[in-house]
Amino acid sequence: MNKTFISAFVTGLIFGIGLLVSGMANPDKVLSFLDLAGAWDPSLALVMAGAIAVGLIAFTLVRGRSQSLLGEPLRLPTKKAIDRRLVLGSLGFGVGWGLAGFCPGPALVALGAGELKAAVFVGAMLAGMGLFELLEHRKPTTGQPAKSH
Amino acid sequence: MTIDWAAFTPWAALAGGALIGLAAAMFILLNGRIAGISGIVGGLLNPQTGDVTWRIMFVLGMLLAPAVWLLAADMPGIQIDADYPLLIIAGLLVGISTRYGAGCTSGHGVCGISRLSPRSVIATLAFMATGFLTVFIMRHVLS
Repeated sequence: MNKTFISAFVTGLIFGIGLLVSGMANPDKVLSFLDLAGAWDPSLALVMAGAIAVGLIAFTLVRGRSQSLLGEPLRLPTKKAIDRRLVLGSLGFGVGWGLAGFCPGPALVALGAGELKAAVFVGAMLAGMGLFELLEHRKPTTGQPAKSH
Repeated sequence: MTIDWAAFTPWAALAGGALIGLAAAMFILLNGRIAGISGIVGGLLNPQTGDVTWRIMFVLGMLLAPAVWLLAADMPGIQIDADYPLLIIAGLLVGISTRYGAGCTSGHGVCGISRLSPRSVIATLAFMATGFLTVFIMRHVLS
């Protein structure tokens, strides 16, 4: 099997284990971070800090490179504009995140743990993503195509 | 603001965060890609030739993480208070908005900030702001 497929699998696995270790696969803990006016659990801020500390090193290492260590092209996002799509999309995402305490990664991990409610959330999330693709491809692209992370 | 010291788990948070960072690092160093979950999953709904298998492998890794975890330890608690209608509304909103805004907590929050992208800093501030606001309204205004 292609090496990049194996590394994608291992990356997903480590990402998922990181979410479990950090407690972020548990929506109740995420919501305790988002509830500033309640009994506040700052853990999520340290999860971000730990992840960014390691991420900073990696993204500094790839600066100036054109290929990954496995010889793949480096696909770094090229968009620079802070536009309406970015801001409205992110604002909307925050609302959905706050409603249930799930963002995409933790929802997948909770689904893998056999949580029926996570399966319902992931099903709705896939429907939302599918709806986006339909709306995006119905009209001829006038703006930039949705280059995603 | 009162900090819930009993719930606060700083070391587990830092260690888990470092693992998430390691995953983001591996993905850019080995595959040359951003480990953004909404983008990886969303790309499966508009499949392009030669661009599907790696996405499925990544998602499989995430789905199997709890099974691998269980080899070493008990499952940590996963408490989902939202009822089904709320989960459906939240899921739809997260799905469509993360694709429209080109990223979520992983793509913008972890990878984007790690590469010092102003776009991702703005995105992260935006979803944090509405996340805080939504929970405030749900917990302290409506209930």
